[in-house]
Amino acid sequence: MKSKTAAIPYVIWMLIFIVVPMALVVFFSFTDRSGQFTLENIANVGKYSTVFLRSIWLGALATAICLLLGYPLAYIISRAAGGRQSVMIMLVMLPMWMNFLLRTYAWMTLLENNGLINKALGLIGLGPFELINTQGAVVLGMVYNFLPFMILPIYSVMTKIDTRIIEAAQDLGANGRKVFSKVILPLSVPGIITGITMVFVPAVSTFIISKMLGGGANLLIGDLIDMQFLGNSYNPNLGSAISLVLMVLIMICMGIMNQFDDGENTGGMMI
Amino acid sequence: MAKVALGLRVPLRSVSQLIYRKGDAEMENKSIISLQNIAVSFDGDVVLKDLNLSIRDGEFVTLLGPSGCGKTTTLRVIGGFVTPDSGDVFFNGKRINDLPPHKRTVNTIFQKYALFPHLNVYENVAFGMRVHKRKESEIRDRVHEMLQMVNLSGFEKRKVDSLSGGQQQRVAIARALANHPKVLLLDEPLGALDLKLRKDMQVELKNIQQQTGITFIFVTHDQEEALSMSDTVVVMDKGQIQQIGSPQDIYNEPKNAFVADFIGESNIVDGIMHDNYLVEFAGRKFDCLDFGFEKMEPVDVVIRPEDIKVVPPLQGHISGEVTSVTFKGVHYEIIVDVDGFKWMIQSTEIQQPGDIIGMILDPDDIHIMKKSEYSGEMGDYSAFSDEIYEEVHQEEQEQTEVEGD
Repeated sequence: MKSKTAAIPYVIWMLIFIVVPMALVVFFSFTDRSGQFTLENIANVGKYSTVFLRSIWLGALATAICLLLGYPLAYIISRAAGGRQSVMIMLVMLPMWMNFLLRTYAWMTLLENNGLINKALGLIGLGPFELINTQGAVVLGMVYNFLPFMILPIYSVMTKIDTRIIEAAQDLGANGRKVFSKVILPLSVPGIITGITMVFVPAVSTFIISKMLGGGANLLIGDLIDMQFLGNSYNPNLGSAISLVLMVLIMICMGIMNQFDDGENTGGMMI
Repeated sequence: MAKVALGLRVPLRSVSQLIYRKGDAEMENKSIISLQNIAVSFDGDVVLKDLNLSIRDGEFVTLLGPSGCGKTTTLRVIGGFVTPDSGDVFFNGKRINDLPPHKRTVNTIFQKYALFPHLNVYENVAFGMRVHKRKESEIRDRVHEMLQMVNLSGFEKRKVDSLSGGQQQRVAIARALANHPKVLLLDEPLGALDLKLRKDMQVELKNIQQQTGITFIFVTHDQEEALSMSDTVVVMDKGQIQQIGSPQDIYNEPKNAFVADFIGESNIVDGIMHDNYLVEFAGRKFDCLDFGFEKMEPVDVVIRPEDIKVVPPLQGHISGEVTSVTFKGVHYEIIVDVDGFKWMIQSTEIQQPGDIIGMILDPDDIHIMKKSEYSGEMGDYSAFSDEIYEEVHQEEQEQTEVEGD
């Protein structure tokens, strides 16, 4: 009884700030400005399929790069001595203590046509290169901002792998490579799944990174939604519809990911 | 137990010492594993110092000692998980100091089993053979054979975390033996099991060892386990071997106060060797079967509690007042105060606290040991309650040993 009473504030909180807004999004998606039911908004989302594809492509690319960079780093950190581990984790977290906008602004000044990087390259007679306002810059911004979200869950899963299990594998004849492929990798799959989710979802729906580093040419879903609410083309109904479609897309992606997780487990067992 | 060796006691000891001395050179050739002058320290803490040990092929050897004595480290040196600071490890006469664990033909049963949580029972047992790229049909046959041996047929598809402790233990045994190891290392494998299961597994392990003929090196802090399972017991403390011998040797002829105290219960009193076969302790002289000491040499005298005969006060060699009586099932544990020294007697007859009783100590009940660094530290039951406290305390330390040792 007591725990039920204690849960009431959370239930109210969730009603007001999660369920009601969700319902509003759904409501706006299926109505026009006068409040009449319509499927027009949803149908109109189709016009922006290139934006959707671009968002998913860049988000997936950034997630893949984060995984390639983050996995080895998480492994190295988890195998380091205790004191060094916390220092390394602090260094991973350090950029996150700075404001997100500030970090992205910093990249702007670095990548600008007459920014730091081009100036430095100019000194040795190279460039200037078109660095900012490219898809590469957007992906760079995503990787830079979301890399810690990949490293941390993988690291935390890896530190939980009992060293005795690794020793047992060595004892049974597995060399370093086999210990990795047969024990460490399968046991770190849950961390990889969490990491991918935590990077892919914000990367797909980001708007600040693409706005600041991608220029006008690399419009993402986030920017599109942003424009429907705050921009010139004010249309909250369309904005809600886009949000709804994005939400469904992400849910499908996560569903596939989780399927992959289960498949990995049973697959590992059947091999 | 001591009575078994009645009369034989003198020859037995000298013979065992002889074998041991003569054996060193001979065993070098026959031994499957030989550790020579092994020293290990972690962060400046000496864990093993100058350890020498030869293990013969097909032997069941137990490393026995309290937590932190270096027994697990010794096992890890053999397994290849700890590189000794100095000294050599030989396997079948070949030096294997620099051989990594995965290339050694020894397999380990780890404390708390260390099964692979992402694999089912079948795949856990098959792991070693898969790594060695054995044929699928061979793997299948071997896994079934192993699971049958440990009575787990039909459990192939089960997840390991759905098994009980005893079943997980069996999987660990099957997994380690599937690889056809020459030597099996067992690191306190029964530590996590309850008493009943523990006893069953002791018998089962011993059977498996006899069936397969594989050399077993078994680490435990449980003296009863060591005595009942082993061909040879190696008693360790403070990173050094205190005594090597058969279970009977270790029990009947402990080399020093530590061994006497650690293996079973012992009354250890200060004595003076007046002559061969004549020792003085507890205020009078006793005939004994021991010889070869200096005249008037101070010695430690061991009397096992079950060897003391209780008689009416005036008929005993010595007498004292009963201070406590505890029922232990098979016998009563009686603590007797003799001039301030508390003796333990195990007797099937009950006494009442406050009674004055006499004690008979026959020559074959008395075992004389040279003085050692442990003299005076053990064998007096006046601090009996403290000892119980220490035992409980030790259990807690076991936990830290898992990580530290």
